[in-house]
Amino acid sequence: MYTSKEIIETINMVSRQHLDVRTITMGISLFDCITDSPTRTADKIYDKIMRKAGNLVSTGNAISAEIGVPIVNKRISVTPVSLVTAASKGHEQAIKALDKAAAETGIDFLGGYSALVHKGMTPYEREFIESIPHALASTAKICSSVNVASTKAGINMDAVAMCGKIIKQAALLTKDSDSSACTKLVVFANAVEDNPFMAGAFLGVGEADCVINVGVSGPGVVAAALKQCHGDLSEVAEVIKETAFKITRVGQLVAKEASKRLNAQFGIVDLSLAPTPAVGDSVAQILEEIGLESVGAYGTTATLAMLNDAVKKGGTMASSHVGGLSGAFIPVSEDAGMIAAAESGALTLEKLEAMTAVCSVGLDMIAIPGDVSEEIISAMIADEMSIGVINCKTTAVRVIPVYGKKAGDWATFGGLLGNAPIMEVNRKSPLKFISRGGRIPAPAHSLKN
Amino acid sequence: MKAIVSVIGKDKKGIIASVSGLLSDMDVNIEDISQTILQEYFTMIMAVELGQSKLSFTQISEQLTQLGAKIGVEIKMQSQQIFDAMHKIAMTDNN
Repeated sequence: MYTSKEIIETINMVSRQHLDVRTITMGISLFDCITDSPTRTADKIYDKIMRKAGNLVSTGNAISAEIGVPIVNKRISVTPVSLVTAASKGHEQAIKALDKAAAETGIDFLGGYSALVHKGMTPYEREFIESIPHALASTAKICSSVNVASTKAGINMDAVAMCGKIIKQAALLTKDSDSSACTKLVVFANAVEDNPFMAGAFLGVGEADCVINVGVSGPGVVAAALKQCHGDLSEVAEVIKETAFKITRVGQLVAKEASKRLNAQFGIVDLSLAPTPAVGDSVAQILEEIGLESVGAYGTTATLAMLNDAVKKGGTMASSHVGGLSGAFIPVSEDAGMIAAAESGALTLEKLEAMTAVCSVGLDMIAIPGDVSEEIISAMIADEMSIGVINCKTTAVRVIPVYGKKAGDWATFGGLLGNAPIMEVNRKSPLKFISRGGRIPAPAHSLKN
Repeated sequence: MKAIVSVIGKDKKGIIASVSGLLSDMDVNIEDISQTILQEYFTMIMAVELGQSKLSFTQISEQLTQLGAKIGVEIKMQSQQIFDAMHKIAMTDNN
């Protein structure tokens, strides 16, 4: 039996501190759907997703009801579609099959309209990447990612240049909804193969046929625990570790139950603290609880680094398999504290870039003026990729050049994606750098400094 | 299946009687019970076993929620797994 205090603690985490499981993400391998016919490939993709994930939503809801913890999203990730359709060149048919399966299974997002081009691109991969803006604009739930860099391969600057271009195209195609297609597109360095979070989820080539990956949430729970802590930073780190343990255990339980009931392999629990736009569910609030007037102040990078590390230490023991991105997320539009700091000017793009050096995952959900050029976006990507490549970590860029809007205006994306003040960027031209193309070589891993 | 029923609300007459009566009507066995006043709220925790009941987890849970609304307290039923997961270090088949 438990003490009343323990029971109440668990109940309060859900009812007052926004504890939830952000997502059960079912990874489905589509390798056995490859044919040389676009229509046959698409049919096989649809059939396999329906076969594996037909009960994903109802199973997730049943587990949620039994344990009394909301499971906010049920998602699917698939093998990068550029690999699955390379033989048939059937990405147009595949996107329709994915869209139909996403609608009929009732899931929230489906990720994996993706290409891995960190060292080079095949002619078909070029064609595929060019198809991404239209694919995102013509569907509601499909998410896309492009891995353009890795620590072992360096940075594919031809792909980086293309990504600046497709982000602008996606913005234009969805100009009536604040360029919302860009919220579903992530550019990665060192992308992970078992990420349950969107928009960057895909099932890697080394994965099993059907895998359950779970992403937890719970920044509100950490902030509430820190409110009671008046000790020094060693004690703060301990409180974060203990809280992360409890949060992660919920993810572990959900992953274990879901994989058993859905006849899938237990993949990983992702330890990322994912915020939502709701007040009290904010990563920024944790840093402010530790002692900053506002996120963005000096001390932000240090507190975030400590938070990220303590979450990993607490979470690692709580789960048999930890993976995915596993770090504090700092998406501007999805975090009430980040939104407020960006609006007041306390949080700048430069500080956000520094923060990405110590946490997952990158410049995330940042709205920028619609007239920012594609080469500036490409150069933002190149900077962020270099942080990931040099530091052997995943980094990503998900920026939204909001068509027709300028700095100080607001962009609204709705739901978990939230809203954001549009932030000005440095307009000095990187055109010559981006136009050079080629590859930035992989870094040396000795002589560290 | 083992579950924890928690009853939280302003203290008043007959809370234990009505909750345990309903559980008995549904063939749910109470294995342990404790009550306390925590942060000015009446708090009752029951460990229950649902194995003999003909009703599903969801049906039992709904009945308890309805009773809670009627007598003005919050009644929740959650699988024991979630508490094992959070408050026990060892990982077992239950968490």
